[in-house]
Amino acid sequence: MLTFIGLGLFDESDVSVRGMDVIRSADTVFLEVYTSVLTGASIERLEACYGKKITPLYREDVEIHADKILDAAESGNAVFLTAGDSMIATTHSDLRIRAADRNIQTKIIHGASITTAVCGLSGLQNYRFGKSVSVPFPYGKWFPMTPIEVISANLKENLHTLVFLDIQKDKERYMKISEAVDLLEEQARRVDAKIPLYVGIARAGSPDPAVHAGSAEEMKSFDFGSPLHILIVPATLHDIEREYLERFAGLC
Amino acid sequence: MVERITELMNDPEHIRNIGIVAHIDHGKTTLSDNLLSGAGMISEELSGKACWMDSDEEEQARGITIDASNVSMIHMVGNHEYLINMIDTPGHVDFGGDVTRAMRAVDGAVVVVDAVEGPMPQTETVLRQALKEGVHPVLFINKVDRLINELKVNPQEMMIRLGKVIDKVNKLIKGMNEDLYTNGGWKLDAMKGNVAFGSALYNWAISIPYMKKSGVTLQTVIDKCNEGDSKYLAKASPLHAVLLDMVVTFLPNPLQAQGKRCHIIWHGDVESPIGKAMYACDANGPVAMMITDISFDKHAGEVATGRLFSGTLTRGQEVFISGTAGKPNRLQGVGIFMGPTRVEVDKIVAGNIAAVTGLSDAIVGSTVTSLKDMTPFESLKHYSEPVMTVAVEAKNMKDLPKLIEVLHQVGKEDPTVRININEETGEHLIAGMGELHLEVVTGRIKRDKGVEIVTSPPIVVYRETVSKPLEGTVEGKSPNRHNRFFMSVEPMPEEILKAIQSSEISMNMENIARRDALVALGMDKDEAKSVKDIYGSNMFIDCTKGIQYLNETMELIIDGIHEALDGGPLADEQVQNVLIKLHDVKLHEDAIHRGPGQVIPAVRGGMKAALLMAGDTLLEPMQKIQITVPQDQMGAAISQIQGRRGQLSTTESEGDQIVVNGEAPVAELFGFAGDIRSATEGRAMWSTEFAGFSPVPQGMLSEIVMGIRKRKGLKEQIPTPKDYLE
Ligand SMILES: Nc1nc2c(ncn2[C@@H]2O[C@H](COP(=O)(O)OP(=O)(O)O)[C@@H](O)[C@H]2O)c(=O)[nH]1
Ligand SMILES: [Mg+2]
Repeated sequence: MLTFIGLGLFDESDVSVRGMDVIRSADTVFLEVYTSVLTGASIERLEACYGKKITPLYREDVEIHADKILDAAESGNAVFLTAGDSMIATTHSDLRIRAADRNIQTKIIHGASITTAVCGLSGLQNYRFGKSVSVPFPYGKWFPMTPIEVISANLKENLHTLVFLDIQKDKERYMKISEAVDLLEEQARRVDAKIPLYVGIARAGSPDPAVHAGSAEEMKSFDFGSPLHILIVPATLHDIEREYLERFAGLC
Repeated sequence: MVERITELMNDPEHIRNIGIVAHIDHGKTTLSDNLLSGAGMISEELSGKACWMDSDEEEQARGITIDASNVSMIHMVGNHEYLINMIDTPGHVDFGGDVTRAMRAVDGAVVVVDAVEGPMPQTETVLRQALKEGVHPVLFINKVDRLINELKVNPQEMMIRLGKVIDKVNKLIKGMNEDLYTNGGWKLDAMKGNVAFGSALYNWAISIPYMKKSGVTLQTVIDKCNEGDSKYLAKASPLHAVLLDMVVTFLPNPLQAQGKRCHIIWHGDVESPIGKAMYACDANGPVAMMITDISFDKHAGEVATGRLFSGTLTRGQEVFISGTAGKPNRLQGVGIFMGPTRVEVDKIVAGNIAAVTGLSDAIVGSTVTSLKDMTPFESLKHYSEPVMTVAVEAKNMKDLPKLIEVLHQVGKEDPTVRININEETGEHLIAGMGELHLEVVTGRIKRDKGVEIVTSPPIVVYRETVSKPLEGTVEGKSPNRHNRFFMSVEPMPEEILKAIQSSEISMNMENIARRDALVALGMDKDEAKSVKDIYGSNMFIDCTKGIQYLNETMELIIDGIHEALDGGPLADEQVQNVLIKLHDVKLHEDAIHRGPGQVIPAVRGGMKAALLMAGDTLLEPMQKIQITVPQDQMGAAISQIQGRRGQLSTTESEGDQIVVNGEAPVAELFGFAGDIRSATEGRAMWSTEFAGFSPVPQGMLSEIVMGIRKRKGLKEQIPTPKDYLE
């Protein structure tokens, strides 16, 4: 049996009670550490809390050497932990297919996801979000323009865009709101587009999240503090959305 | 002197940019030195003894010229002074690549041929390299004193011999470019005056036009030589005067030359401002310079030399280096070479050869320009390729970082050297054009750069290529399996391969021009307009239509293809002559999940599987061999070729000598020099030349592949497509 468990947003206490039970009774516990991270808890803290030895998995361990995980799931109860919710902003659907290919039973226990947390922190209505998009760190000449294309298309439909920021766990690089805004503004310049307003959110799900709405300039000068960061590009605001942002995100 | 030169530099009509090309030992260095001393650059006692051009100790010790270095001199014709910028070029075919790059900088070439030996194989090689670059030839027949002093010829015999040399060179020129031979003034004709005869060593020369000035005739020459009075000849008919007269009269100035040459070396839009400026050699146009040499000077640092085709260079100016991302370089100094010293000047205008500092991003072959997006010059085609590798290691631990720096420098200085740095093992590879070339390079690292190194015995470089088209397509999957690339590979059609090799087709051309050229060579029109990359002699075509996000992923796909082509699946050797097509692509919606870590391995793996499925095989470098021996040694010479898996092509008798021509694999030629000497009692003269790559005989393939894999520490088993597709 392979159980995908979402750990929620911040630390060891965000997992559901059911999730915790399954972890504590598992034979093998894997923690995927490259698509996202629990910024509030180290592996040691998770191990102490769940009473289990945890094997961290890097990209190659999941993508290239998946057999190790599947072997464990074939011979016993294996759990596969991911920060947030298992299938959101990850490519783990592939792992579930591979497991099914080997006739291994699978199950998902959900965790809180950033995609819903941002609605609470910003007051932007989840009904009004269009396609989401990620901003990757550029690599050589590779500088994808997808973010600005998606944002522009959403704006045209009067839809908000959730913008994920790149995480390079192996290099301990977490993209900051100011960096992402620089990249987006450069993209907007190239296609002659304009992003009128941003909402930046840091450390969603932690005891001290930061939320701030404003122009590109304001995003860059505002101190959002430590990672993880995420951005929203809102469409025209509904009155109640505006009021919420004014109250809770310093919109003026 | 410097003032006069700087004055003339602004007047392209009175400039000649020339190079001297010759078979080794035919007298190029001696000629260069004596030209310089004649033009007042070296004192007379020094010339002929000290080698001004051969500034590298290695060159002096071996008596051969290795690097192309540059000098400027002044010569008076009629009432006008002319500035002659001369580039010395290497005389050993192991360094053939250098001749090509020097030819890029000049407009005319003095071909030097030994009167006794006549044109030799390397004469043909260097001549071909010059003419391919559109460089205009004149001929100097050297060592005429030997005809008189050693062979004791009479005037008639002399005429016949010299006439024969001219005919042979003419035949070569005609064979290489019949059009310019007949219509472009490339035909050599002693009566016309684009041929001179003389002795570089004894400092005299004659030409038919000059005879009218000096009154010195063939008979005078014979008489004075017999009397042992070459001093007289050197005064009455001095080498530099005769040669430089010929250069000024028959070789084109930059204004004339650029209009005719630019289409050969640059494939951008002729009607664009930069195109017009280069064709017109316009000092007021945008800057366009091609770097042909980089050297390291203790004081100035890195000095980049090259031909300025358009615009004006001044100190402090910001210029872009093509092929490097974005940031401009600032010119810290602009100057010209006078012998081994560089002289700073205020500015340099189009048509000159400039030596500048501050271009930290430039390598040999770079295009330097004031424009952000200029079509770069065609890359330098090397007629020889690196076919041999040595591994070098630092002897002392403390030199490890220094060695890497030095290797990078060596790679910058000599574009025919290929450097492969391996920081993990500390064992770095230097690939060069032959045994001698590698000895020179490693010797220089020890001596000039002061790094003690240990060198492995040289190893032959192989290539991989496919032997049949892939049936269907392969599917390369990204590690997360959310991205899929459907590709095929096939052998490059012969005609297109030739066009790539001669750079008639390149990525620098306008898209439409390239499409039309490919269609003319038989390619389907849709494919011809979808060429995304040419890498070595491989080409990549995107046959897909309307796939979202593919455009912004293309760079990564090309990176993946390059990685597979840099080391094929069989033996991790470079892959060549493959046509690659992309037929379909599935991409993840989100950019992060179709980033470099996903796309590059997917494409690389798919490519390697495809290569294996299309009959990936090994090619080995071949060398042409010419051996000249007395009749009775012919058998010994022939068996030296045949005993080395060689093929005999011709044997001809020339006087009492036999000339044996053949071809053999480089892998079998280790120790050839010693063996041929003992087999023929030291009476053979021989030379070799790169002859391309040929398939390794089927019977030896797996043994050679395993040998390479073992040496490289790869799994001692030929991989299967499956190894790359999971
Ligand atoms: N007799 C004679 N020897 C010459 C003449 N020119 C060059 N040499 C000799 O030929 C050899 C090779 O000359 P060098 O200039 O180094 O040839 P390179 O290899 O073409 O640069 C040297 O020993 C020269 O002294 C010449 O005009 N007459
Ligand atoms: Mg020489």
